[in-house]
Amino acid sequence: MAWKCFQTIDMSSELEKFDPRKAVKFLLRHGHSAKLGLQYRDHGADWCELELPWREDLVGEVDRGILASGPIISMLDMASGLSIWTKHQKFIAVATLDLRVDYQRPARKETAVVGHVECYRLSRSAAFVRGFAHDGDPQDTVATMSGVFMTIAGGTTRV
Amino acid sequence: MSDPRNAAMTAYAKSIGITLHDMEDGIPVLSFEFGGDVEGRPGHLHGGATSGLLETAGYGLLRVELAKKGRNHRLKPINIAVQFLNAGKNRTTYAKARIVKLGRRNANISVEAWQDDRERPIATAIMNILMAEADS
Repeated sequence: MAWKCFQTIDMSSELEKFDPRKAVKFLLRHGHSAKLGLQYRDHGADWCELELPWREDLVGEVDRGILASGPIISMLDMASGLSIWTKHQKFIAVATLDLRVDYQRPARKETAVVGHVECYRLSRSAAFVRGFAHDGDPQDTVATMSGVFMTIAGGTTRV
Repeated sequence: MSDPRNAAMTAYAKSIGITLHDMEDGIPVLSFEFGGDVEGRPGHLHGGATSGLLETAGYGLLRVELAKKGRNHRLKPINIAVQFLNAGKNRTTYAKARIVKLGRRNANISVEAWQDDRERPIATAIMNILMAEADS
């Protein structure tokens, strides 16, 4: 499973509320997220928004300069984790169980894509998310997504 | 036309190290090595990178099959649903696709990714792909 559990984050005080703005300083600067250059944009009580910058090496169709769909999935997966921790107000180890992405249209040429994901339900063992990606107008989506995450047994918190 | 086996190797696929590992009965088996570029939780694969490999393998097979039939389309993703079954570890990951349905306008493709043991996939995906006119 695509586990999301970063020891470094656990170092933040148990008493401290999960702050995506702070967490991304570690999460988006390592590994695959850093490779894609994901940036934090905004968050609310149960949602988080990231941005995937346009870059030549992330293109799926060379002639047309359009971002590949793979990096968009990665961004939505990462934003999902952040929305779950934000709603839970605490970092918990979760694993992606199922992620579905529907592509409405290609992103515009040489344009960054924004990923907005909301955690609409947290149960004892699962977290349910839904979101969308757009390239400027949130009403005119590039993609919509939904996903289910499982909390990992042995994690410190019961959900 | 260039080798259809390489047509699915987009800039993105290359940038995360996806390569053609082997051809099995005409079906491409793609792979990438573990490394920082595909890492999520320290020492483990990022689900997004796994999805990227699955998707690239799906397009790779479709390109090969269409080329065999002399068909040339622009491929557009309709959707992908990825199931994550086991944690991806610090080792080589492989992916191989199967065409479930090849129609005139759309294709349904199933893909599996595995590491050491092919019988124990780390992730599977179902993709629907629209096959548009080549010059549209």
